[in-house]
Amino acid sequence: DIVNADKMSGRTRKYKIIFSPQKVRQPHCAANVTCDEWSFYLLPLDEDIISMELPEFFRDYFLEGDHRWITSVARALQLLNSLYGPFGRAYGIGRCAKMSHELWRELEEDGENDGQGRKPEISNVFLMDRDTDYVTALCSQVVYEGLVDDTFRIKCGSVDFGPDVTSSDKSIKVLLNAQDKVFNQIRNEHFSSVFGFLSQKSRNLQAQYDRRRGMDIKQMKNFVSQELKGLKQEHRLLSLHIGACESIMKKKTKQDFQEMIKAEHSLLEGFDIRESTSFIEEHIDRQVSPIESLRLMCLLSITENGLVPKDYRSLKTQYLQSYGPEHLLTFHNLKRVGLLTEQSAGETLTAVESRVSKLVTDRAAGKITDAFSSLARKSNFRAISKKLGLIPRVDGEYNLKVPPDMAYVFSGAYIPLSCKIIEQVLERRGWLGLEEVVRLLNGNEFSVSDSTGEETPPGESQRIVLAIFLGGCTFSEIAALRFLGKERGLKFIFLTTAITNSARMLEAMIEAKA
Amino acid sequence: MSRARADEEEYWHSSKFRAFTFDDEDDELSQLKESKRAVNSLRDIVDDDDDDLERVSWSGESVGSISWSIKETASSSTSSLEGRDSSLQKGSSSYAALPKQVSSYSLSNLFKGRNKLPSFQSLSDALSDIGVKNYAPELRRSKAEYKDYSSDWSPKDTVRRMQRGKVCSLERFRSLQDKLVLLDEAVAGHDGNVITAVLIFLKRTLRREILFRELEVRQVALCHLIHFLKETGEQKLLLDLLRFLDRTEEVALSQYREHLNIQDVEKRREFLKSCIGLPFSAEDTSHIQDHYTLLERQIIIEANDRHLETAGQSEIFRKYPRKASILNMPLVTTLFYSCFYHYSEAEGTFSSPTNLKKTFKIPDKQYMLTALAARAKLRAWDDVDALFTTKNWLGYTKKKAPIGFHRVVEILQRNNAPVQVLQEYVRLVEDVETRLNLATKYKCHDVAIETYRDLKDRIQLTAYKCKVERGSAEEEKINSILNNT
Repeated sequence: DIVNADKMSGRTRKYKIIFSPQKVRQPHCAANVTCDEWSFYLLPLDEDIISMELPEFFRDYFLEGDHRWITSVARALQLLNSLYGPFGRAYGIGRCAKMSHELWRELEEDGENDGQGRKPEISNVFLMDRDTDYVTALCSQVVYEGLVDDTFRIKCGSVDFGPDVTSSDKSIKVLLNAQDKVFNQIRNEHFSSVFGFLSQKSRNLQAQYDRRRGMDIKQMKNFVSQELKGLKQEHRLLSLHIGACESIMKKKTKQDFQEMIKAEHSLLEGFDIRESTSFIEEHIDRQVSPIESLRLMCLLSITENGLVPKDYRSLKTQYLQSYGPEHLLTFHNLKRVGLLTEQSAGETLTAVESRVSKLVTDRAAGKITDAFSSLARKSNFRAISKKLGLIPRVDGEYNLKVPPDMAYVFSGAYIPLSCKIIEQVLERRGWLGLEEVVRLLNGNEFSVSDSTGEETPPGESQRIVLAIFLGGCTFSEIAALRFLGKERGLKFIFLTTAITNSARMLEAMIEAKA
Repeated sequence: MSRARADEEEYWHSSKFRAFTFDDEDDELSQLKESKRAVNSLRDIVDDDDDDLERVSWSGESVGSISWSIKETASSSTSSLEGRDSSLQKGSSSYAALPKQVSSYSLSNLFKGRNKLPSFQSLSDALSDIGVKNYAPELRRSKAEYKDYSSDWSPKDTVRRMQRGKVCSLERFRSLQDKLVLLDEAVAGHDGNVITAVLIFLKRTLRREILFRELEVRQVALCHLIHFLKETGEQKLLLDLLRFLDRTEEVALSQYREHLNIQDVEKRREFLKSCIGLPFSAEDTSHIQDHYTLLERQIIIEANDRHLETAGQSEIFRKYPRKASILNMPLVTTLFYSCFYHYSEAEGTFSSPTNLKKTFKIPDKQYMLTALAARAKLRAWDDVDALFTTKNWLGYTKKKAPIGFHRVVEILQRNNAPVQVLQEYVRLVEDVETRLNLATKYKCHDVAIETYRDLKDRIQLTAYKCKVERGSAEEEKINSILNNT
């Protein structure tokens, strides 16, 4: 189309069409159009994060069932294997993980093996489908990096901070990675720890600057040439991050954040379901935010193994009324990927329950519904959560400053399922003892050792694990696994099809203009 | 949603509902403010010149967007880049815009492909340097690579070759049998692009009914074809396929989706009308029906109100000129609009809130919430009052709200309701703790005092004295209570 339009307007251009990443067929090209292929696979976002920058992966694979990106994943594995391999063991769970792994193995067999004689650096590889754990992706993030992503949207490792953050009338684009020393120290911290840290740092900075008062010329010269630049840098970074924190706080207090977190935690833990449902209903009625309302509904659905039909109908109607009737299409998409489903008729209220509820007031009926519902249906998340101990039981208050486990990324309420699975499989060197969990996760697990049968050399290489997320990975999961790594003496490298969060996942499901 | 629409939505939702702010974050927030003050005070000392700022310049495009904007993997429409050289420029400059601080490699280095063993410290270096050797745009591939001269590859090998990126001619697979084997091999190979490529070939060379029939038992291939048809916009074929598969609901949805492409409201309205008869589920049918009715209603209201506005006779439109049209807005937004501009109208008119409530069966809770927001924005406190007052059968009035009075207070406060008005409703908050919080926060002294009195909490009551003005009526009230108990 574009070519023709140009032709008509008399513009002569030479066109180069670069298919990224692969060409599927030879299109009908006009004379001045040539075609080529550019396979672009991996973008390092940081010291330990590699992204394939394929946000469309989630929708293409999980909604449309299209396998177009599986080769890309396999090739990425091939590349990493040739650079840092051969890999020791490969573990995985999920249909896509399985297919990617199989395809990769085929590519390895076919291709030249130029990894011979190299010392293997990655001992373990873990592939996981996003739909193995939707819950974690849907939760509000409270580690600093996750919050920044949720609030400002980090793109390709950098973020746009507007005037409200920079305290000037300019916006600024900032790279967020390990090179930013301030960021590097707070990125994985729970938000509550961040203020203390920033305030400490600014006091230090103040002290450093104050030193110049007592200096003589020589010292001052030294100071200016050696230290001033570093201090300036630190000052700039500090003020940016403080500004970001302020902005985040402002937004969160505006949005009833505390109440929402409370509702989320209730859903994760499995009590006060009716209250949470009411909260969601009100959230929709008040037209707070279309994405947030959806997110809460999906969280309710996944933790409860689907919404009770009555709730599904009523919440759907209210959603359409509050945010627009065209979202009928969105609901169908969500149903298809399994994010927002309805319990089937056989699983809902028993005859007794419906009789009883007619006799009591509305308020009490809700609680009875709760009790009966949880008896009548099987809830995979609840069962998995129990089996894996995802909800920490703490005496007293959970220590966020020196956390005992990965649950700190969600304020101590919940250990991310995906991370827990990885932890367990690595510990057990396989799926032994996890059969029940695997069954609840719908199978498709695998555990494969290197075909050369070599004993994986001990020492350094044992410690590096490549965690691969197919369909997206959140900063909270990254923070959690970094934490796990520190605890167990492992180093995690993350390969993901894209960085994701609840908003991106849900936006991918919304039907925009056709 | 388009930009314009988002703006319109914002207009309608602005200051409508805002969350309650409890000052729990005081400690942390003040800590933050401290840090901010500290840092800001240093600004005078530090020369904030721009030279020091290391701004990474991007070519206006994030790297990721290359794959977004250029990719059309399933061979759908192509996107073109201007000129050969500048495309190299654009593509490569975006690619080279890797974090400046991390990799200082120039463009030429990227494509040189030096082979050196990396250590993990420089993972990003490694990726930007070594491996790229194989993955740089090889823009001068020989023509030979495109043609497939030797023609005797088996289906399995053909698929393999396609997976490696070689273009193969599939013409030699003539029989149905051969074609199906080819398809099955493609599916087994897990590469979606190959599967789609084979499907394109089959679509061209097989009779439709046969293709459909064979796909019915091949789920994976079926998904790929459906996705392909969606992306290329081959709506008719897609619908035929879905009908063949008896997926009637999807047929309905697919057709309904088309309405998003129709900009003209009248045409859209007609289109929606035609959607009502489609094979949706019972509930969805009523949603579609509502969608049509809503748009129909909005068209009428819009025409009417525009007329009123330009005529300049109506006070409300003069005082609060409309910032956006009501067309294609959600129902609740429409209700808000109606409660704002047409509140006093009788049920008979199309634009009256009660009419909307009845037509769309809007639940009481939603109605009250919306009406409250609208009237509060107009500072029409009497209307607010009337909303919550009901007469029971004995003729006594009492205030009731299905939404919780704390929400009412919140909305009123956001619209700067005077304390006397706020006080009324704070008084009605059932939960004592919430009531006290709100009373203290919004200085509804009487309510606080009364509540402490009812709780018989002398200590708190005495403590509360410092919150009221010396010699005020409130102080007297506290004193009299303390003295009489």
